[in-house]
Amino acid sequence: MKFLCIDCDEQMKFIDRQEPGDGTFAAAYSCPTCGRQIAMLANPMETQLVGSLGVKIGGDTLDRDPMELVRAEMEGAEAKLGAKVNRPTWTAESRDRLDRVPSFVRGMVMKIYNDWAMERGLTEITPKVMDEARVDLGLEEM
Amino acid sequence: MSYRTYHDVKGDDRSHLGDQVAEQRKRVADRLASIGQVVAVMSGKGGVGKSYVSSLLAVAASAEGRAVGVLDADLNSPTVGRLLNSGALEMTDVALLPAVGDLGVKVVSSDLILDEDAPLRWKSALSSEEFVWRGALEVGMLREFLADVEWGALDLLIVDLPPGAEAAKDLMMLVPSVAVGFAVTIPTEESRRSVARAIRVARDAGMPLGGIIENMSSYLGEGSEEPRPLFEGIAGDALAEEFDIPLLGRLPLRPERAPRDVIDDSEDLLQQVFRVLA
Repeated sequence: MKFLCIDCDEQMKFIDRQEPGDGTFAAAYSCPTCGRQIAMLANPMETQLVGSLGVKIGGDTLDRDPMELVRAEMEGAEAKLGAKVNRPTWTAESRDRLDRVPSFVRGMVMKIYNDWAMERGLTEITPKVMDEARVDLGLEEM
Repeated sequence: MSYRTYHDVKGDDRSHLGDQVAEQRKRVADRLASIGQVVAVMSGKGGVGKSYVSSLLAVAASAEGRAVGVLDADLNSPTVGRLLNSGALEMTDVALLPAVGDLGVKVVSSDLILDEDAPLRWKSALSSEEFVWRGALEVGMLREFLADVEWGALDLLIVDLPPGAEAAKDLMMLVPSVAVGFAVTIPTEESRRSVARAIRVARDAGMPLGGIIENMSSYLGEGSEEPRPLFEGIAGDALAEEFDIPLLGRLPLRPERAPRDVIDDSEDLLQQVFRVLA
């Protein structure tokens, strides 16, 4: 969907998106030439239809969170799948190292490190923690 | 007053919905790259034992040394988790990890997300209009079960499809590389008609069909030597002839036995199935 400023014959630029309630989706645009601003309000039916496809209006990219559609739309799913209680946080460096693990086993490797850290009361996964866990668990290749 | 067309206005629309859908499909393909074969177990008719057959194929293949997963695509009436005595799903920041069931079979089922006896419900401010988008959400859930579950390196991913003729088509849209589908029927004429419709849809969608499995061909109670008749009909033979695909075998109804307990007694059928998968 594109918005055209009729006076300027110019495509308006996206400036903001909100979901103000009752299922309405709001997106604001402004004309780069004259500065006029408008808000598009999609009715809840249109918002739901697009949301059911698992895509985002006005989004640059898909959200990378796994199971995002199920967690957002299925009753009870967020409680079962979204809880991250007591899970350690990962530093950027440790996350980079995790990203080098092949994607088809990355989640399992993450779980191994998380479990190892939680058993020891650690709240953060750092490269040093990963090194210690690797040696302790005999997982030098991970 | 006249306006320029969408494509005349050269700036992008920021949403890139087409790209987002393409990215969804790429994620499914990327995730399935570590899986040898995706196999569908289908039937147009409900209650014919698709989940039992799926579970039996899974534990038997695992017993042979294959790495196996089962995706219970029957979102509204899921049973595979129970049939395979599976544990719990586990969520990480990067993927959903499958539960593990009998003989190490990996399992993903909505039954493992839903509360006990709770139906599948969608959160929507417009529940009275739910029929409009329920189908899209269910396909989306199936897509996430394929794309966001870390199946690991599998030889076989068995997708236990829900009843209904369109289920095979939905799967083929998400996974055009399905290696083969097996159609499950019971002996009755009603089942034959329903399964025939589903097979036609599956064929039109491009799913290769490996054969028919006739379930509940007889009843074999615990301690009984001889199976007793259960349903009248010859649906297995009739479907095989109608569609020129093999009847791979018949299974008796054995209500006291879990799938893992009938592997040895189902050897003839399983060998036929594995021959198709070879």
